[in-house]
Amino acid sequence: MISAEEFDELFDEIIPSDTARGQEVQERIIALMEKYKFTERDIFSTRLALEEGIINAIKHGNRMDQNKVVQIRWAISSEKVRVVIKDQGPGFDLCDVPDPTALENLERPCGRGIMLMKAFMDLIEYSERGTILTIEKKQGSE
Amino acid sequence: MAAGRRIDVEEVGDVTIATFVDKKILDENNIQQIGSQLFALVEEDGRKRVILDFSSVEYLSSAALGKLITMDKKVKASSGKLRLCSIRKDIYEVFAITKLNKLFDIKDTQEEALQGF
Repeated sequence: MISAEEFDELFDEIIPSDTARGQEVQERIIALMEKYKFTERDIFSTRLALEEGIINAIKHGNRMDQNKVVQIRWAISSEKVRVVIKDQGPGFDLCDVPDPTALENLERPCGRGIMLMKAFMDLIEYSERGTILTIEKKQGSE
Repeated sequence: MAAGRRIDVEEVGDVTIATFVDKKILDENNIQQIGSQLFALVEEDGRKRVILDFSSVEYLSSAALGKLITMDKKVKASSGKLRLCSIRKDIYEVFAITKLNKLFDIKDTQEEALQGF
């Protein structure tokens, strides 16, 4: 959720299940963070999380279905940036995602996106059905 | 889409050094191309000792990690060896968080990667 009073600017974009369009939104959010003087480290972390979050919504949520869309809302202040990504997929249970660092999963080529978002962002939250992801980065946080 | 060159390939003795051209290994199409070009080193050219040089890479997503894991498997399957080198601090953190620093043989510099390889 994004409450307007916490932020200075708020944006809303609906894109098709197209990773190139996801990249465009990513670039807009990064440019905004640069305008608000977020640190390079904040930008690195957020870019990584946006990539994982948007790709997950398009590939695993909407299964690349061109008839489905991804809604991305983002809001920024000098203190923090928050992004909400909503897909039209069937949803998933976070508990069903295997631990990619477990020895038996170490060689599996997928399943690391959520873990990276958790490590690099200050907040990562999935809605109950798993179709809405909220991520947040505070300015200057490690 | 035409497949652009995503890696520079150089040979030092019997070792192949593949240096990533892109600063950001994020885009889905780029990652597919990188995967194909890396796998071809092993599957088509039969190269056994491969060093992947990350000195230009500033961003890397989990999809790219997936390709590296598959590359590692292919190299091992052909009884070869794979080393990674010149990974900047932020990117190394991505490997450490996912514990892939334990799966891959990672060296600080290309010189170090070449030593005893």
